[in-house]
Amino acid sequence: MILTFELALTSYFIATILAVLDLIKGSKATSRGMTVFAIAGFIIHTVNIILRLLISGHMPTASLHEAASFFTWSIVLVFFIIEYRYEVGLMGSFVLPVVFILMLSSSVLPRQIRPLPVILQNSWLWFHTILAFVGEAALTVACGAGIMYLIQERHVKSKKLDGLFHRLPSLMVLDDINYRLITIGFPLLTLAIITGALWSEAIWGTYWRWDPKEVWSLITWLFYAIVLHARLTAGWHGRRTAILSVAGFIAILFTFFGVNLLLKSFHGFV
Amino acid sequence: MTVLVVGLNHKTADVEVRESIAFDSEKIRKGLTGLRSLQGVREAIILSTCNRVELYLHAESDANMVERIKKYISEFHGIPVEVLEGALYAHGGVDGVRHLFRVASSLDSMVVGEPQILGQLKASYDIGLKEQSSGIILNKLMKKAISVAKRVRTETKIAENAVSIGYAAVELAKKIFGDLGDKVFMLLGAGEMAELAARHLTGSGVKEVIVANRTYERGLALAVEFSGKAIEFDTFKKELEHSDIVICSTGARSYVLDFAEMEKIMKTRRQRPVFIIDISVPRNIDPKINDLDNVYLYDIDDLQGVVDANLNERLKESLKAEEIIDQEIDVFFDWMQSLDAVPTIVALRRAAEGIKNEELAKLYHKLGGLDEKDKQVIEQAMNSMINKMLHQPTTALKGNDEEKDVLIYAVRKLYGLNGK
Repeated sequence: MILTFELALTSYFIATILAVLDLIKGSKATSRGMTVFAIAGFIIHTVNIILRLLISGHMPTASLHEAASFFTWSIVLVFFIIEYRYEVGLMGSFVLPVVFILMLSSSVLPRQIRPLPVILQNSWLWFHTILAFVGEAALTVACGAGIMYLIQERHVKSKKLDGLFHRLPSLMVLDDINYRLITIGFPLLTLAIITGALWSEAIWGTYWRWDPKEVWSLITWLFYAIVLHARLTAGWHGRRTAILSVAGFIAILFTFFGVNLLLKSFHGFV
Repeated sequence: MTVLVVGLNHKTADVEVRESIAFDSEKIRKGLTGLRSLQGVREAIILSTCNRVELYLHAESDANMVERIKKYISEFHGIPVEVLEGALYAHGGVDGVRHLFRVASSLDSMVVGEPQILGQLKASYDIGLKEQSSGIILNKLMKKAISVAKRVRTETKIAENAVSIGYAAVELAKKIFGDLGDKVFMLLGAGEMAELAARHLTGSGVKEVIVANRTYERGLALAVEFSGKAIEFDTFKKELEHSDIVICSTGARSYVLDFAEMEKIMKTRRQRPVFIIDISVPRNIDPKINDLDNVYLYDIDDLQGVVDANLNERLKESLKAEEIIDQEIDVFFDWMQSLDAVPTIVALRRAAEGIKNEELAKLYHKLGGLDEKDKQVIEQAMNSMINKMLHQPTTALKGNDEEKDVLIYAVRKLYGLNGK
């Protein structure tokens, strides 16, 4: 099991190196190599998650190590879906470094499978965490598309059409990917918060306790609610949405890591 | 014998001279017949485009060859040699082959990397084939030139990126909108450059075309040409609310669209992106509107800047192309050398020896128990047979036959001497 994790981490590492090389000096070899290693990493990673599931007997999102690992896995999944659906170049160069960094942080966190308190062992664990992580993964990839949009927009606005201009996709496509992912990520995040509240009610008898995790999830949620609201009412899109989706991703990261590492939250991982 | 290129191009001759010795397809046929009747000319192909006229020849490498060709051109077109003297160039051997490869790869073109030249070269080659003025050497050379051009195209970025204002506009539009198939294009005012750019844009398949011109009739005529609709000039701001790409060239002395107006239009457009190309001088659209989100404004200098940068990029790529050409020249001359008589004779003998040794081994094995003397007798008989069979071909290959390279080519082909 440990081996599968290290192998997945190594594959993601090589894929990231190739992704960066692809960004600097694009060639068919680098982008193809990147895809191969990303796919290999994803398959091995999947095996690792299934093994953990079989050994522990519950959804492997109980410890911070498991959660970071599953979050990473979800990002790669969303990335592949977008790659398949849109066939845009260079997306990997903006998503895979995040994948590698998250996987690396997962690797340094304590890995042993600890017994899960009985009160947490129910199907809420499945619903809540899968919704939350897949939702946040969609928003993470949206941030990647947002950064690509901002770079491409800079090219077109400044009228310097060199460097990545020719290789980055069109503004319309990037904006479309960004928006599509937010419209997927936001409802999932909403459902994650609702299932979290229901779960909390089932265990502690209260839906909402203003715990830092809850507060920061709400802040993140509000961020994307504003993005969607501004888009639907005032037609906000393009640069502003892209900037907001980058800021939103930072909020996600803080909600995920910051709250657990810096603030005291009962929303513990074992 | 050598490969020889004689001709002129846009760098050495102005358009009048180029026109005066241009060949249309009828003249090419006549010219090819004439060229081949010249002493020492074995094969010929004529390339004639608006930027160059070149004769590709396989001919004797004697000192007066070039002069004879120049004289022929001048007599064929009835132009005094003195007029052509400064314009005509001649490249023989490696230089000639390099020149052709550079022409085919569009390194020698007025706009480096433009794609038409390869098609024109293929057409000239086709005529040469039909007229049977192209033979073994030029056939191989032309096929090589075409494959070199394709290699250059795929391995370098020489043909990438727009190098005209019109294409640059289309390229930009595609980078903003992706697919242009559902976009509305408005032509504001008319003018040669604007029409040209508009032609590129409508050619790349926009959904709808709107023409707004101060003289309605002129606008209508253009609208008909682009199968779009004409509107009164004063209503263009209303139409801007649902136009995505605008080319503006009205000849007005002041701005026809200012910042505040555009800001308002963007609100009604719900911030959908708009790409505006202002090619009028003086400019007709307030340059400040480029600061608005989702508004992309380019003036003529911006577009020219894009074109210049792209051209520079192509020139950089052409260095890579020269390397490819150097490699391919070597390959071509390796092949040329294989057409020499001596290596062909050696290869032929070696093939025969190979067969002999193989058969001898089999024979000795079958018969068994032969002593050295028997073996020697058998081998001598075989040697003598080989010598007799190869005597005639060898003499023919060594001789001074007119069609010697045809013979060599045939022998190589018949006996499979080209390796592999």
